[in-house]
Amino acid sequence: MTAVIAVALTLVAVTATAVVLTPDPARQAATLSVYVLVLSVLFFVLQAPDVALAEIAVGTAVTPLMVLLTLRRLRRDR
Amino acid sequence: MNRRARLVLFVVGAAAVAWLFVPAVLDLPEFGGTFHPYRDAAVAAGVAHATANIVSAVNYDQRALDTLGEETILLGSVIGAAALLRPSEEEREQTEVPEGGRPLEAVRLVGHLLLPVTLLIGVDLVVHGGLTPGGGFQGGVVLGTAVHLLYLAGRYPALERLRPVPLFDVGEAVGTAAFIALGLAGVAAGGAFLANVLPLGTFGSLLSGGTVPLLSAAVGIEVASGVVVLLAAFFEQALRVERR
Repeated sequence: MTAVIAVALTLVAVTATAVVLTPDPARQAATLSVYVLVLSVLFFVLQAPDVALAEIAVGTAVTPLMVLLTLRRLRRDR
Repeated sequence: MNRRARLVLFVVGAAAVAWLFVPAVLDLPEFGGTFHPYRDAAVAAGVAHATANIVSAVNYDQRALDTLGEETILLGSVIGAAALLRPSEEEREQTEVPEGGRPLEAVRLVGHLLLPVTLLIGVDLVVHGGLTPGGGFQGGVVLGTAVHLLYLAGRYPALERLRPVPLFDVGEAVGTAAFIALGLAGVAAGGAFLANVLPLGTFGSLLSGGTVPLLSAAVGIEVASGVVVLLAAFFEQALRVERR
């Protein structure tokens, strides 16, 4: 179990760094979704499935959609 | 405030937080240990009220007042965002949404196939929140986002027909009001706001846990409606509103 937690934690650190290092906000919305999926796996491994579900629902759908719609509006005005 | 004053303020604040936070963290029970006083208390209280999912017992029974607070914060945030995203005086709304590019056939197929499946998962999460992981919030967000699969499938007009925004404005208010009404029913019948006054039922059956499934459903309605209203405001700005 400790090994699974260690792998999940490492993946969270790697994907979180990838989100920070993604320069374009539109691409960042995609890397953010991947990060959220990995983070919810960590929550699940730590026996918090309720939190994992909330994280997946908000982080993989609502947040990226809001970011992409905002970008679409901003780019149209340019 | 100049840069130097800000830095001094930050250093003082950070030092105070570190002085309190570091000893607190060092004194925490060991990670993965067996000492869980809150778990022991919460599990006993949840089982006593015939609620199988202890997280839902905490959210909708033991600490239901906190959930009301969170729900109200969400309501306020949605209202605030919707108010900020209204078209301003320099902007106007088009009646016709410009045709976007057609999405890939595969995306359209998957969007249409997943729409009913995702709606079903959302309802399942809300209804079974008292028994299995999930509950009003998680299920509500899934329901609120599921309808937008129609947009991914390339059909914004169909999405607009599927989710008439005024109906969801009402849904948001009704969900919040139902939560408060159930709380007041607790005052009337049990002497405390949000007291679990309904028959508790059999442990593990669908309607067990007294008020838990009802409060979960109220939160589900509120959150699903809130997500739809919030995203609708973003969609209007992205697709309809433009500068004069």
